[in-house]
Amino acid sequence: MPETTALLTPASIAGAAYIVAALLFILSLAGLSKHETAKAGVGYGIAGMTIALIATVGVVVSDAWGDPEAMVGLGLLVAAVVVGGAIGLWRARVVEMTGMPELIALLHSFVGLAAVLVGWNGALEETGMTGALLDIHHAEVFIGVFIGAVTFTGSIVAFLKLSARMKSAPLMLPGKNALNLGALVAFVALTAWYVITPELWLLVVVTALALALGWHLVASIGGGDMPVVISMLNSYSGWAAAAAGFLLNNDLLIVTGALVGSSGAYLSYIMCKAMNRSFISVIAGGFGIAAPTSSSSAEEQGEIHEITATDAAALLRDATSVIITPGYGMAVAQAQHPVADLTAKLRERGVDVRFGIHPVAGRLPGHMNVLLAEAKVPYDIVEEMDEINDDFAGTSVVLVIGANDTVNPAAAEDPNSPIAGMPVLRVWEASDVIVFKRSMAAGYAGVANPLFTRDNAQMLFGDAKERVDDILRAL
Amino acid sequence: MSRIGIVTEHSPETRVAATPATVRQLVALGYAVSVEAGAGARSSFPDEAYLASGAEVTTRAAALGSEVVLMVNAPTDADIAALSPGATVIGLLAPAFKPELLQALADRGVTALAMDAVPRISRAQSMDVLSSMANIAGYRAVVEAAHEFGRFFTGQVTAAGKVPPAKVLVAGAGVAGLAAIGAASSLGAIVRATDPRPEVADQVKSIGGEYLKVEVAEQMQSTDGYAKATSEDYDRRAAEIYSEQAADVDIIITTALIPGRPAPKLITAADVASMRSGSVIVDMAAGQGGNVAGSVAGERIVTPNGVVILGYTDLASRLPTQASQLYGTNVVNLLKLLTPGKDGELVLDFDDVVQRSVTVAQPGEVTWPPPPVQVSAAPAPAASAGPASPAAAKPAKQPMTPVKRVLLVAVGIAALFAVNAIAPAPLPQHFTVLVLSVVVGFYVIGKVAHALHTPLMSVTNAISGIIVVGAMLQITSDVPVVQVLAAVAVLLASINIFGGFAVTRRMLAMFSRGPAAGPAPAGRSTSADRPGN
Repeated sequence: MPETTALLTPASIAGAAYIVAALLFILSLAGLSKHETAKAGVGYGIAGMTIALIATVGVVVSDAWGDPEAMVGLGLLVAAVVVGGAIGLWRARVVEMTGMPELIALLHSFVGLAAVLVGWNGALEETGMTGALLDIHHAEVFIGVFIGAVTFTGSIVAFLKLSARMKSAPLMLPGKNALNLGALVAFVALTAWYVITPELWLLVVVTALALALGWHLVASIGGGDMPVVISMLNSYSGWAAAAAGFLLNNDLLIVTGALVGSSGAYLSYIMCKAMNRSFISVIAGGFGIAAPTSSSSAEEQGEIHEITATDAAALLRDATSVIITPGYGMAVAQAQHPVADLTAKLRERGVDVRFGIHPVAGRLPGHMNVLLAEAKVPYDIVEEMDEINDDFAGTSVVLVIGANDTVNPAAAEDPNSPIAGMPVLRVWEASDVIVFKRSMAAGYAGVANPLFTRDNAQMLFGDAKERVDDILRAL
Repeated sequence: MSRIGIVTEHSPETRVAATPATVRQLVALGYAVSVEAGAGARSSFPDEAYLASGAEVTTRAAALGSEVVLMVNAPTDADIAALSPGATVIGLLAPAFKPELLQALADRGVTALAMDAVPRISRAQSMDVLSSMANIAGYRAVVEAAHEFGRFFTGQVTAAGKVPPAKVLVAGAGVAGLAAIGAASSLGAIVRATDPRPEVADQVKSIGGEYLKVEVAEQMQSTDGYAKATSEDYDRRAAEIYSEQAADVDIIITTALIPGRPAPKLITAADVASMRSGSVIVDMAAGQGGNVAGSVAGERIVTPNGVVILGYTDLASRLPTQASQLYGTNVVNLLKLLTPGKDGELVLDFDDVVQRSVTVAQPGEVTWPPPPVQVSAAPAPAASAGPASPAAAKPAKQPMTPVKRVLLVAVGIAALFAVNAIAPAPLPQHFTVLVLSVVVGFYVIGKVAHALHTPLMSVTNAISGIIVVGAMLQITSDVPVVQVLAAVAVLLASINIFGGFAVTRRMLAMFSRGPAAGPAPAGRSTSADRPGN
């Protein structure tokens, strides 16, 4: 920070504003703990960001005043903010809720790229530092660029996988763990080298290395683990911002970056627990995935029972309580609106309808909740797996729409199953289960599902949206 | 195209082998259907209804002379004499107990299919008459018990005092037992059930009953879906449970049967004597020897201490409309299997285990018993070989031991200490800020509702656009490349900030609460506070 003897300089104002902004960001995240305070939370976040930006612009303007080259920079700044803001607002207005995961992945990549550029700028600028401080500065540049680049390509790959422009099956390069570890070791070595002899080409090399590592890391993770990956990339983008904070001596960047970083890490941890998979195994690119062996108990022990939409409507008509367990398939089929209509219709008749959401349903944590909210399903009937799992036993009908692995009894009963141990929604305990499925193809994780051959389970084949519409007509 | 004949059953049977609804399905399979006049009268199906479904109403002789004859109970000698040689007869033939009937049918030159010989595999469930009749019988047993019982089944709190719910014990949780548990539970009683197979516990619970487990060392796994006879240890402990329950409950319904053996004796005379006056016992196994001491097949007995014991053997027939409908549907499902061309031509394929098992007689030979069918209704016992290596490769995840945890924390603290002690300013301050922020972040994020995780991600994404501050501070540099790169960074970060907050607001606007006075959730009240109706 520049030394100053006067009070209330732009720099000191900025410093004070940064603390206020940091507090507002913390309040913003706290507001999201409940539906009632969530909107206020976003308001705090916007306020904090506005204060931070105004304060920073103030510093920039006061530094630039009178310097023509710097004024050019100012003009660029305004232009960039306007253009960027316009693009951001436009995309936010236009995006479909089913496209939310891809959008979030893409936005993470922007932060990553921005961090890379900031890091590069740190290297290209003259800082006037010497000795240990200079060495530390070099290290910070390197680290910032590394994290930013990994975030950038990792997020791009996640975006491609989620928007189905890249296949969701994990890329199993031979020795992939060695590759990842090797890249990390190389990074450490290069950092040491750069600190000693800060050559620009080393920066180029580490940028390329990090871009490749980011790409490889996420490409090796199967589509089913994408929710965890997105939260991890969210976390990385936070650490990238924090690294930039170290680089630029800016506490606000560090605080905010750390908040975002720990948020993403914690979300990833929760999701891994919900899948009963090891956190390390997922982010290290599926380290722990053994080849799915088809165990002897995977053979179908019976036949499936097919049901028509009219009979399903009859079952629903006679039901006292219904639980709907949606999965990503419902979103793909765009069936959330007919499902919401069905819910409303059943509730009018006095049937108790609730939704059971598995923690990893959807491609993004909490994604199913957003899709249901978009279809105007009231959030007080949307319950988490832990809240609703014991209620299946007393339920008349369960509708499984587009979910497969999250309702697979093999996870609870078959120790050889690839998804063994994963907590699932115990839908088979209800009196009747109706499974909506396009065909008998295997689910996202490719595991056979013995739910389908249970005595109380019926299969309703076809496009989920059309079937739900058929049921609505029959009711 | 073959003709199907449906006859009136001999008194006192009230059921009929086909209803107007199933006749429609038979016609759809390509058959011509003849119904004896008045066949469905006792099941409330008038002849006009059969005519409307596409059947012909004829005489008994014509019906018996058809190529396919559908019956409920086995044909008498007079009936057999009226059958045409080469015809097929389908009914409840009880092949294990009536060898002379099978011989008579074989001698007459007919093919006899026994509905009660359908193997108990998943594929044949739709043809399983024993299950569909047991389901009805279980329900009817509860209705008969309620008819005899002097009090409510359900509990109530009324102005005239509190009424306790009735307590019902169901012995045996097969099809009949589960139906009884379901019926008694929906009438509001407290229902308990016993069964030698522990895997039925979940089924009992799901239908509203409480499973009473008999704790013995040996656990029974059923391989053919039926319970086997039990060991002595088990019997002793079970007898204790029955005695305890008999002294406590108001209604006992027993459904225990073992294929090929007389019914096991579960309730002793002492147990019956310990029951209160006005209690009711329904012994559904009375026809096979009875589970209850003192029950008489087909009769209603009242014991000296006022306990009513019902030994009716025709429980399913007491709901003739329902029983005929379900039996008729089972028969239609069998005929669907036997008429692959849907052209009214019956084809028997002995490669199909179901078709082989139901065929008990053919012209000139008795084909009972069929080769045994292996059914695995229960999951393979966990102790068997198989999960050896894969299970070993996935050791139980042990939580970190306290020592490991303390060590990890110590290492972290040491590292932090080292950095802060050695590093030149301003690094220690930065690290302090970093560590504190991580801690704050952890606590704040931990409270976020699961439902709000997606808005959380978009908000943190918007907030991570704070990198724009760094780029802005670099944009006034005098190196043009730096300015350009910084401008690009500002643009990207602005997309995040504006887009992130906007999309979060959009998402949060969609979350709405249900109407405050929503419809009361049906079916969730306990039996104690259900209003009397």
